[in-house]
Amino acid sequence: MKKLLSTVILFLLCLAMNAQGTKMADLMKENGKIYVVIAVMLTILAGLILYLVRLDRKISKLENNK
Amino acid sequence: MRKSWWKILGVLLLVYTFIAGLLIEVPRNIQLQETIRNLFFHVCMWFGMMILFIISFIHAIKYLRTNDHNSDIASRQYAGVGILFGLLGYLTGAIWMSYTWVDENKTLFNSFDTVAREPKLIGAAIALLVYAAYLVLRDSIQDIDKRARISAVYNIFAFAMLFPSIWIIPRLLPSLHPGGSEGNPALNFKDASMNMRLVFYPAIAGWTLIGVWIATLKIRMKIINEQRLMK
Repeated sequence: MKKLLSTVILFLLCLAMNAQGTKMADLMKENGKIYVVIAVMLTILAGLILYLVRLDRKISKLENNK
Repeated sequence: MRKSWWKILGVLLLVYTFIAGLLIEVPRNIQLQETIRNLFFHVCMWFGMMILFIISFIHAIKYLRTNDHNSDIASRQYAGVGILFGLLGYLTGAIWMSYTWVDENKTLFNSFDTVAREPKLIGAAIALLVYAAYLVLRDSIQDIDKRARISAVYNIFAFAMLFPSIWIIPRLLPSLHPGGSEGNPALNFKDASMNMRLVFYPAIAGWTLIGVWIATLKIRMKIINEQRLMK
């Protein structure tokens, strides 16, 4: 009986720890700083896309020249 | 710019991926924590690679059927961008792995021996090397028609090698990587929550469209180049 009880308690403790223990970026989201990361990533994406667009335009021009 | 609607779609899907991918509620997994969001980036590289290799394979068959030189150029360029996506998938996987797979009781260097034995990594490396050999083979043949024909045939072989090397053998062996005997990695319902699927599928489409865009640019450049040489 005692063994069973301690197993159950241990199990519940593990569950409770699991629920709290998983560290996520909750604080980051509260502070709103995650948006900084998004801004940086979007800037890089925008730069790469702009590069592709310019390349596409240049190639179109070359194609039209003939 | 040519036929731009799918290019715009690709860009919009990626913008959505970047914003929703970081903000969406994800399952709290003690081992992965926030790195679970890499699903929208790392995994999409592999999906993009597979789709680009399939397009390359179709163009190789098209070349053998029609002898159209443009199909040969397309086949080569799609394979090139596919390899790029594969390498990016490998690199991002290496970063992700060094935070989630390492044994905390050992140094990063010492837990590398278990990581290096991962069947999924070896399989992917084989697939990429087979495609790298495609590039080498192509460049080693001077005659244009011969080069196109031999490399088209090799391309079909390389595509066939994808099946055992990344889709079959890694799933038969035990692995730290998700998606072994329980189903396709990231596609089965244990790996990704419904919430994540809302970002994951658009992300695959977005990344793939960007890959196709890059490939079409390279194809057009090559065609202009060849026309110049003919003159």
